[in-house]
Amino acid sequence: MKTADTSWFEGTVGTPAGDVPRVRTSLTSRDRRDAVALRWGIGRSAYTVPPGLYAVGSPSAESVVLVSANYKMSFDRLRRELSGIDAWILVLDTKGINVWCAAGKGTFGTDELVNRVEAADLGQVVSHRRLVLPQLGAPGVSAHEVRKRSGFQVVYGPVRAPDLPRFLSAGMKADPEMRRVRFGLADRAAVVPVEIVQGAGYALLIAALFVILGGLGPDGYRLDHVLSVGIPDAILVLGAFLGGSLLTPLLLPFLPGRPFAWKGMCMGLLVTLALWAALHGLPGTPGALALAAWLTMGSALASFLAMNFTGASTYTSLSGVRKEMRFAVPVQVVAVTAGLVFWAVARFTGQQG
Amino acid sequence: MFGLRYLPGVTTLQLDAELCSGCGMCLNVCPHAVLASAGHGKVAITDRDACMECGACARNCSFGALSVQAGVGCAAAIIVGALRGTEPTCGCGDGEGMSCC
Repeated sequence: MKTADTSWFEGTVGTPAGDVPRVRTSLTSRDRRDAVALRWGIGRSAYTVPPGLYAVGSPSAESVVLVSANYKMSFDRLRRELSGIDAWILVLDTKGINVWCAAGKGTFGTDELVNRVEAADLGQVVSHRRLVLPQLGAPGVSAHEVRKRSGFQVVYGPVRAPDLPRFLSAGMKADPEMRRVRFGLADRAAVVPVEIVQGAGYALLIAALFVILGGLGPDGYRLDHVLSVGIPDAILVLGAFLGGSLLTPLLLPFLPGRPFAWKGMCMGLLVTLALWAALHGLPGTPGALALAAWLTMGSALASFLAMNFTGASTYTSLSGVRKEMRFAVPVQVVAVTAGLVFWAVARFTGQQG
Repeated sequence: MFGLRYLPGVTTLQLDAELCSGCGMCLNVCPHAVLASAGHGKVAITDRDACMECGACARNCSFGALSVQAGVGCAAAIIVGALRGTEPTCGCGDGEGMSCC
């Protein structure tokens, strides 16, 4: 259990409601190592902070109360920005999910916040009645309802923790930039590893299948075709996979169109054409049908993967994703089916790759 | 805007100007600056197509002036929901290794 790690504790702070554990504002190499592992999807579910009240620095009854999620990466991002600041951190039980996703699910929500304020006896710990929440908690929390039920006023802080010290020193005022969610290259690159880890198993399975199927042909099963057809086909599968789950996210703003499925399809065509040229030389009539097979299948695969990246993005709406799926999913199904037919015809009429 | 725009003309966001008090709470919680102060004690939707239907504005409007069918803009969640016959279900943290967020 990762929760047994206590290296981020640093004594306690006494309050009328009992001792509150103090946490460090500097991350250890272990915190950082675990964060990298999390990005690759390792140990995600076990990586939580026990919910409840924590102290940073030497907070008093007047000190600010910052609310966070019990996903360790959310908690770490908050505390590392707080050096030199005396504050309380109230950690909600979001089942180890980050603030924004938990707010969408309602676990970072009004009920949990009101209950946690009560369980921590916060009214005894601080003399003011104010809670600073990350702005991205707002989809789950109703500020006016929290006030009605707990007496505490909710103030929404900035989207990003690094802006928090500036927000606090400005008297809890956020400038417009602090309120905006971005999705820059670094943000996109940070969510790509999980996409790759999730899809890699399926991609390798499909690639392996095509290595084996590559031996098929009009004159029975031939091992030399496994090498000359199967391996190149597997490379095309993996290329389309990386086109959809790595290149499309990274190059998102530069790909044509707004639907993710469309962006992915374009990338799939591009990657397949480039790999085909590298593997078999410039497209010509002998391999035309096989090339058509891979252009349709490759673009459909990349399109599907790119479409699934909507969930990792920060700006797609449910209505919008529904709309693009109504068009994209049937097209993907038809493309894969047609591609498989082309592929089979190409194989059994003896057309080389 | 940061250069990435999603499909236009789809959001379910609605503002009832009659009920709006101009308190500005929605301006604090919107992550995409969809709303802006319109003066004379009201806000207005000024960038409708930037709305991602997160629902923060509606949940935090104590006057009930804003409404939106909030949900996750996630294709995987829509597929999971369709397979289970439920609303779009974000699989994050369900222990299935699905971690879209």
